[in-house]
Amino acid sequence: MHTTIIKPKQNWETINLKELIEYRDLFYFLVLRDLKIRYKQTVLGGLWAIIQPFFTMVVFSLFFGKLARVPSDGIPYPIFSFVALVPWTFFAQGLTNSSNSLVGSANLITKVYFPRMIIPLASVVSGILDFVIAFAVLIGMMFFYGIYPTINIIWLPFLLLLAFITALGVGIWLSALNVEYRDVRYVVPFLVQIWLFATPIAYPVSLLPEPWRTAYGINPMVGVVEGFRWALLRTDTAPGPIIIVSSVVAVLIFIAGSLYFHRMEKTFADVI
Amino acid sequence: MSDIAIRVKNLSKLYYIGERQQHHRMLRDTIAEFVKRIYKKIIGIEPKKQPFNNNRQSSSFWALKDISFEVARGEIVGIIGRNGAGKSTLLKILSKITQPTEGYAEINGRASSLLEIGIGFHPELTGRENIFLNGAILGMKKNEIKARFDEIVDFSEVEKFIDTPIKYYSSGMYVRLAFAVVAHLEPEILLVDEVLAVGDIEFQKKCIGKMEKVAHEGNTVLIVSHNMSSIRALCTRALLFDNGCIKTTGQTDDVINVYLSTNTIGSAERVISDSDYLSKENKISIKRISLLNNAMDTFSVYWREPIKIAMEMEVFEDIDNVTFGAGLKMLDGSWIYCTHHNDYSTSPGWSLKTGFYIIKFTLQNELKPGVYKLAVGAHQEHYMNNLFHIESVYIEILGHTKDGVTPLIYNPGIINGKSIWEEPKIFQPSDLNNDNP
Repeated sequence: MHTTIIKPKQNWETINLKELIEYRDLFYFLVLRDLKIRYKQTVLGGLWAIIQPFFTMVVFSLFFGKLARVPSDGIPYPIFSFVALVPWTFFAQGLTNSSNSLVGSANLITKVYFPRMIIPLASVVSGILDFVIAFAVLIGMMFFYGIYPTINIIWLPFLLLLAFITALGVGIWLSALNVEYRDVRYVVPFLVQIWLFATPIAYPVSLLPEPWRTAYGINPMVGVVEGFRWALLRTDTAPGPIIIVSSVVAVLIFIAGSLYFHRMEKTFADVI
Repeated sequence: MSDIAIRVKNLSKLYYIGERQQHHRMLRDTIAEFVKRIYKKIIGIEPKKQPFNNNRQSSSFWALKDISFEVARGEIVGIIGRNGAGKSTLLKILSKITQPTEGYAEINGRASSLLEIGIGFHPELTGRENIFLNGAILGMKKNEIKARFDEIVDFSEVEKFIDTPIKYYSSGMYVRLAFAVVAHLEPEILLVDEVLAVGDIEFQKKCIGKMEKVAHEGNTVLIVSHNMSSIRALCTRALLFDNGCIKTTGQTDDVINVYLSTNTIGSAERVISDSDYLSKENKISIKRISLLNNAMDTFSVYWREPIKIAMEMEVFEDIDNVTFGAGLKMLDGSWIYCTHHNDYSTSPGWSLKTGFYIIKFTLQNELKPGVYKLAVGAHQEHYMNNLFHIESVYIEILGHTKDGVTPLIYNPGIINGKSIWEEPKIFQPSDLNNDNP
């Protein structure tokens, strides 16, 4: 017999992983929905997954690469920035979409129960398809420039996971905050923009001397971006310490985010 | 195995007013409060007083207060009460959508809650995709949906359009598809809100049939409804909620009688207060609305009996060209019909001088038994120029005439239609000509 006990929750409860797994089918269908509706009624469809990072790359190459002559660790500037923009776009989209996800699903939240965490989680996961499309373009560009990936490429899934956890960690935090404070909606684009320039996408991390370079890893996206360059383009700076710092910070952000989320979760339906 | 399906013990729910209204706290409010608090602490004025908390407490109310009851396995229990009595809050707590503030509840068995149909339907997705999505949202597993998919499509009668995005569906198709998914849930405990019972009677009938079936299979149903006739038809027991408390419980008929005798329906007169107005210009004020042909001193009339209303009002300034209107609405707010005193004439409306008035009118009543909203209002010159609008008075159409004749409840539709038939006879072309002058 399946018994459910309903009572006021304690303030700080940990994530109910078992329940999340129980609702995996709902998660699956939410991701599927996001994927199916993302480019419905657009002319260019899936091309949008490429257009955004690609044109940012073109703009960066013109202004930072050509005009400002920003160094690029001896790699052609377009590929130097594009290899960073691909994971960055995944991160920025995941962050933006998950922040708005709960508010966008208000009708679900007020009418039916399921672990709320599924909603921001699904919105970050559904960005993976866009990432894959953009990544294919990246590989094509690398061949065009005669650059071939190294064996370090096996680290890419880990680096993607790092970007994922960071996006989700910040995303769930902002999404929970967004339920009560709609200001978040206006903060997110601003935050993403600042974060873009706080991440070595247009410039190399080698501009910084040690120990500042390692400390820079406090921004988890620094580890992701430098990791991508190292794994795909063979940059000299092995970013091991940076990635370790980034991973620790990302996990901390994620834990803090999910604790906050679970604390706020119980009032979502009342406040949203 | 426990014989209790639902056990609720000392359950309470505190709402903050701000949460219920569509007001969202802005970050700056919180920051402002925070700064004020720090400032006061530093300055040393009233160090204990926290304006933030005080504010919250003064604007809170108990939607449920110390509720306890049990529902045995296989029982169908109805929950009735006025709007805001706490019925829906209870259902939301039992569905785990919102949390209780105090107390606890225990649900023994797989529970499904239906607060709305078609939850999560996305207009861009096809019928097929929406069945899976909606099923998953309602707690079905992928395999369960797959196994019942054909049945669901069959039931919905939209198989031709199952791969069409539902934004192209008619509203009838939409509702049928949504209901088809719901009908194939197989819960041991079903929690249903009244929203299910709105819509066309055909649909209500399907819902009622479904709930009866669920109950006959030994499952438990908890229904929140305003529809006294469906509660009466379905439930063995009922709970009457009032102001967040259980006012009474027992046999359905007894509880409904208590409800009708205490509710707005419970008196053939209704004193109108400021909170009853949906809109008001300070030119006319309604004092009282009474039902003249009331049955049993309640705000109810016999089936098929025209509704005779008297309205007492005060006019504060001389006004002319006033048009009065009255009509009936479904509980979900949709109009059944609306009429005006000068609908079929070109007269410009009445002129009224300052003073007290009584105005009487009769509304046609071909409605099915049930509870409806009485809407009254008046406008000056143009219908946009509203003088007042009230629709807080409920009226019940009883399930029988004065002589005890009962209607065919299960005919679909909102009204009691009437058609006149002749017995079939052998076709003669001349018959047509004779019957059509």
